[in-house]
Amino acid sequence: MTDVLEHPLDVPEHGDGHLHDEHHGPSGLLKWITTTDHKIIGLSYTVTSVIMLVIGGLFAEIIRAQLATPNGTLVSLSQYNELFTMHGSVMIYLFAGPFAFAGLANIIVPIQIGAPDMAFPRLNALSYWLYLTGSITMLAGFFTAGGAANFGWVAYAPLSNSINTPGAGADLWIGGLLLTGFSAIFTGVNLCATIFYLRAPGMTMFRMPIFTWNMLVTGILILLAFPVLTAGLIMLYCDRHFGTHIYSVAGGGVPVLWQHIFWFWGHPEVYILALPFFGMVTEIIAVFSRKPVFGYKGMIFATLSIAALSLGVWAHHMFTTGVVLLPFFSIMSLLIAVPTGIKIFNWIGTMWRGEVWFSTAMLMALGFLVTFLIGGLTGIYLASPPLDFFTHDTYFVVAHFHSVVMALVLGGMGGLYYWGPKITGYLLNERIGKAQFWFLFIGTQVFTLPQYLLGLDGMPRRIAVYPRDPQWKMLNDWSSIGAAMIGLSTLLFVVNVAVSWKKYPAGDNPWDAQTLEWFTTSPPPHHNFYRLPQIRSERPTWDYNHPEHRSLAHGDHDDHGAQAPGETVPAP
Amino acid sequence: MEISTLPPQGVTTRTRRWRRLRKVVALPLAALALAGCTVPSFGAKQGATKTSRSTYHLWQGFSLGAAIIGGFVILLILYAVIRYRRKGDNIPRQSQYHLPLEMLYTVVPIIIVFGLFVATIVVENQVVADPKTNVTINVNAFQWGWKFSYPGTSAVVVGQTTQAPEMVMPVNTDVHINLTSTDVIHGFYVKEFNFSRYALPGIRNQFTLHAVQTGTFFGQCTQLCGLYHSLMYFKVKVVSPSQYATWIAGFTDATTAQAASKATSQQTSSLVPSKSTASSGAN
Repeated sequence: MTDVLEHPLDVPEHGDGHLHDEHHGPSGLLKWITTTDHKIIGLSYTVTSVIMLVIGGLFAEIIRAQLATPNGTLVSLSQYNELFTMHGSVMIYLFAGPFAFAGLANIIVPIQIGAPDMAFPRLNALSYWLYLTGSITMLAGFFTAGGAANFGWVAYAPLSNSINTPGAGADLWIGGLLLTGFSAIFTGVNLCATIFYLRAPGMTMFRMPIFTWNMLVTGILILLAFPVLTAGLIMLYCDRHFGTHIYSVAGGGVPVLWQHIFWFWGHPEVYILALPFFGMVTEIIAVFSRKPVFGYKGMIFATLSIAALSLGVWAHHMFTTGVVLLPFFSIMSLLIAVPTGIKIFNWIGTMWRGEVWFSTAMLMALGFLVTFLIGGLTGIYLASPPLDFFTHDTYFVVAHFHSVVMALVLGGMGGLYYWGPKITGYLLNERIGKAQFWFLFIGTQVFTLPQYLLGLDGMPRRIAVYPRDPQWKMLNDWSSIGAAMIGLSTLLFVVNVAVSWKKYPAGDNPWDAQTLEWFTTSPPPHHNFYRLPQIRSERPTWDYNHPEHRSLAHGDHDDHGAQAPGETVPAP
Repeated sequence: MEISTLPPQGVTTRTRRWRRLRKVVALPLAALALAGCTVPSFGAKQGATKTSRSTYHLWQGFSLGAAIIGGFVILLILYAVIRYRRKGDNIPRQSQYHLPLEMLYTVVPIIIVFGLFVATIVVENQVVADPKTNVTINVNAFQWGWKFSYPGTSAVVVGQTTQAPEMVMPVNTDVHINLTSTDVIHGFYVKEFNFSRYALPGIRNQFTLHAVQTGTFFGQCTQLCGLYHSLMYFKVKVVSPSQYATWIAGFTDATTAQAASKATSQQTSSLVPSKSTASSGAN
């Protein structure tokens, strides 16, 4: 019995007949510009988005410094508006999404399903260049006369019209967002097509790793949500420049329409951001507990239900507008807690009776788990209209979504420590990694917990000064200390990359991992695989390395060696 | 309707254990429910209106649930990572499915969610109730101030930014608010009312406030509205009905016009405009 397929993927993508090793394309800068290799594009995405994380983080540190005193004078009121607008925009549009659904996904998804590349490599390259151009366009607002966009990352009409925000910075913001929006749509197309059509022989849908599953669902959500935002932005641009009155009362338009459009994209976007990180964490927890993902199929159905529900909850951002049906959006939002809870229990179930190895990646995943739990529980409050009336637009909300997104940052860092060796061929320093983890994890809690209290004490979002309420200073200072710790942790990451540069060779499978990407070399060859194992479960590499340890359901007997590796999970 | 007449299959150890467990869990929960006043505040305050108190109780309920569930999950995580930390190169049992357990943690959260939803609806119906009343205040938000006018009277209070105009309202009375905006979206928020609502251009938002306690409370715009959003202050002064009547009567058409012209002539050119209040109400 042969359990390895030699050169299974030789021909389909290449009609030109040469072997994969014989790629003598351009090198250096020209290679980077002309490449259609998903790994290089993915790496470009990852590096660019981490740079965006640093830029957005710097904005955050200035914001925190401004709030250190009730009458902060570090920046002016208008500069402050620009800073928090661009902080939110950079983090949401230019970091979190592209990092996950375009960066790591681009690198990992094709390898996880045994594909040689993405389905549309040129479209993939176009996506990256659109993203880079869009990012630069958006940030270029700072160099215009009126400064960058300053209407908040949500750009509520009519504040975002040409009367209230006349500057070119706002137009650059819209333009940048259109470009990155198209980039996201193309990536969504590419992910779906790749996952549907390029799976290796034996890789059925219910043998795909959870990360790939989550990326598929993310891709579908992108296709459903992003075109709506794009349309909304075009209408906003028309209102600003071509005299339409879609969002203005004066011309018979409806300002709240913008909120509907924005949040119809915006809430699925929350899950477009979150699902990839859920996937990363799932993989990390399984590998570092040396167990299969607990409740694998339940996990997939939970992801699908989160995605389905996420399309029907947008108006929970609009409870205080007074023009939405409260009970419907309340129960839909509350119900999201159920699949999210399933995921949390599945993660715990994966660790249960495992061998939990506290590598940096695993610590980051555990940090994600705790931080996301806090963010998730406080989110349940906001699904209840009376409690939303109470806390809406206060720092309670700021704290809630920062708990969530900082959990994603923890998960993403875990992803970098986990997959970094696969991408580069070298491990990162674990000692610095653990220091980074503790700064990031503790910093996150010190940063968010005072903000919950500030919100309950009535501090509104997006204020630059608080001369009437100097009692908010102390909690703000704690929050700023937390933000400084988070900044330091990012610095430690950069230091770690520099210190570990080509120092600790990783080998093909340093973590005794389970999924297909760990079967090939680190970094993988040009078209990813020279050979493939038999794929008979969602963890072919594990089956190959540990044929006697198959996945078991409740009540199954652990009969070592009785089964061949191919027969672990029945075909769906 | 068909009723099963099968005799009980005998009480197993498991059901006996479950009954004991149920007693252990149910007693403290019932005790907590009875002694409502002993539930901690979880950082919120009762507030000064009827509905702020229902919102506060809802907050307590949600927080109690969150504390119990969150605490339970944190303990599970801690137990798992400490008890099952790596001790060697063993490969643990590769268990992947436990259907009864998975069903349990699907069904129980659904029940909890519906409980939260019912509590939400009960409180929400109180908060959004808009009964008929004699006292109406038109609240108009603009960049960057507030105008409170009292239809049927000549009382008007206008002020910008840190002038913090004062909305006077009677205690123990339903006060109907018509909330509008002249330009962008603003947020009408009073901390002690545990309540906020958007002031939208082109839409009249209506709700009722019923203060149960006199005093002066700070309010502030919570929805980003441009340059002076940080300083778009106002105050709410809750007074006795007789004081309220006196205050309303103190306005004549002349003072109203004066107040209005004073407010409009004052341009918001500096960061913190003059501290004087624009309203000339006879407090």
